Amino acid sequence: MFVYADNAATTRMSDAALAAMLPCWQELYANPSSLHSAGQKSAEAIETARQTVARLLHADSKEILFTSGGSESDNQALLSAAALGARQGKRHILSTAFEHHAVLHTLKKLEKQGFEVTLLPVHEDGLVRPSELEAAIRPDTCLVSVMFVNNEIGTIQPVSEIGAICREKNVLFHTDAVQAAGHIPLDVEAMHIDLLSLSAHKFHGPKGAGALYVRRGVPLTPLIEGGAQERGRRAGTENIAGIVGMAAALEESCRMCQEVHRRLYPLQQRLIDGLSAIPHAALNGDRSHRVVTNVNFCFEGIEGESLLLLLDQKGIAASSGSACTSGSLDPSHVLLSIGRPHEVAHGSLRLSLSRYTTAAEIDYLLEHIPPVVSYLRQMSPVWKDLERGAKPHLL
Amino acid sequence: MALYSEKVMDHFLHPRNVGELENADGVGEVGNAKCGDIMKIYLKIENDTVTDVKFNTFGCGSAIASSSMATELIKGKPLSEVLKLTNQAVVEALDGLPAHKLHCSVLAEEAVKAALRDYYGKNGIPYDAALLAPATHCESCR
Repeated sequence: MFVYADNAATTRMSDAALAAMLPCWQELYANPSSLHSAGQKSAEAIETARQTVARLLHADSKEILFTSGGSESDNQALLSAAALGARQGKRHILSTAFEHHAVLHTLKKLEKQGFEVTLLPVHEDGLVRPSELEAAIRPDTCLVSVMFVNNEIGTIQPVSEIGAICREKNVLFHTDAVQAAGHIPLDVEAMHIDLLSLSAHKFHGPKGAGALYVRRGVPLTPLIEGGAQERGRRAGTENIAGIVGMAAALEESCRMCQEVHRRLYPLQQRLIDGLSAIPHAALNGDRSHRVVTNVNFCFEGIEGESLLLLLDQKGIAASSGSACTSGSLDPSHVLLSIGRPHEVAHGSLRLSLSRYTTAAEIDYLLEHIPPVVSYLRQMSPVWKDLERGAKPHLL
Repeated sequence: MALYSEKVMDHFLHPRNVGELENADGVGEVGNAKCGDIMKIYLKIENDTVTDVKFNTFGCGSAIASSSMATELIKGKPLSEVLKLTNQAVVEALDGLPAHKLHCSVLAEEAVKAALRDYYGKNGIPYDAALLAPATHCESCR
């Protein structure tokens, strides 16, 4: 059996997205910037896609910029807001400790350019507290950036409350909604969002396509110069197939959102309950404020990479926040930010579900994960120290 | 391309000499749970020869494979040869490790040396400290 439980990394494209894209390669191939009618047909396809994405976010189509994906959208959102802030003499940015690296690394870059960055701590439940955020906003704060759904632990942040605070304080609010779009309803108006990043391949669309919502009146700084595409905000011939596929995928995902939630919720709960039965294991992130597709556990006494490799042998594709899988010495900054000690964070497992996940697959996960955890524990000196009481259990 | 060589996968999936030795003559533990790798090696030594060896490892696939291979390389060997074990020998026997995983082989060498230090120390046998110097490769593993 093959169980793909790594949907937070990327998803399988849906039939609808693929069907929408197919004509773009050999029929709708003309350059949308060309004056001839073939080119104008391509331009129309892009504008239709833009209207679809805008409608699903409760935005205006002029407020949607197509990009190459979540990372580019995050980069452009932050750099643009910072440039605007600098022009107004505001050089302070407020974000959180568990953002995606596309945000954190861009903030590092801005720090080098003289901006001051405050990263709010995240609580044990994986949630940001709006009251703490409000208290951290300063007169010179030009931007607040808080992710909608955390990519590792799936916790849903109180975005509406944060948006209301930012609006009241007259500070731009960006949210990285890469793990939220297509999974939970988004409304940039009601949630007072000024900038929002999304990525097509996280909701069964193609890779290499994303969007940035930018509220009317907020000027964007182009990252790529060289043409008038996207109203001068992003040069380069448009990725027609990617854009059309993204719109189709988002439309389908938003339409199916409630139904998928209804079906997956009991499966997610069964998976959480089943893994909780493993001794000295703990769910990462709040159980109720999380997307229905995310289950993330720490197992004491084992290391995540060896766990992933053994699960791979059983046909299970998952991921981990261990240092060995990240290529650095430190385990996941997200798990550290919610207070997991290093040694516990190394033993993490993220299982991310999708609309294609079946009950039989959940059974398979629950059948194979516990024995693999106990096999690794039996050869772990850390586990043996814990078991004979030489060290206290942390979970 | 696969992350690991077939040899590494073989030793990871079917590790040799896993376990503990009661009344071991030398025990060495190196690494740090903070960094994500801990290796513990148990030696049984008779007539200046490693007659049995077992290991326990907390770590990634290459850490488990490196421990397994190191135990295979020293099992049944005279101490004069065991003293010469290098991480390079472990890497070669595994048909290579990815660059960012080389430290796992260093840890395996260090674990064997720590066990030898323990054996010599417990028995009051003088040894060449330079030959059994502890790890210097990782600041946080000291």
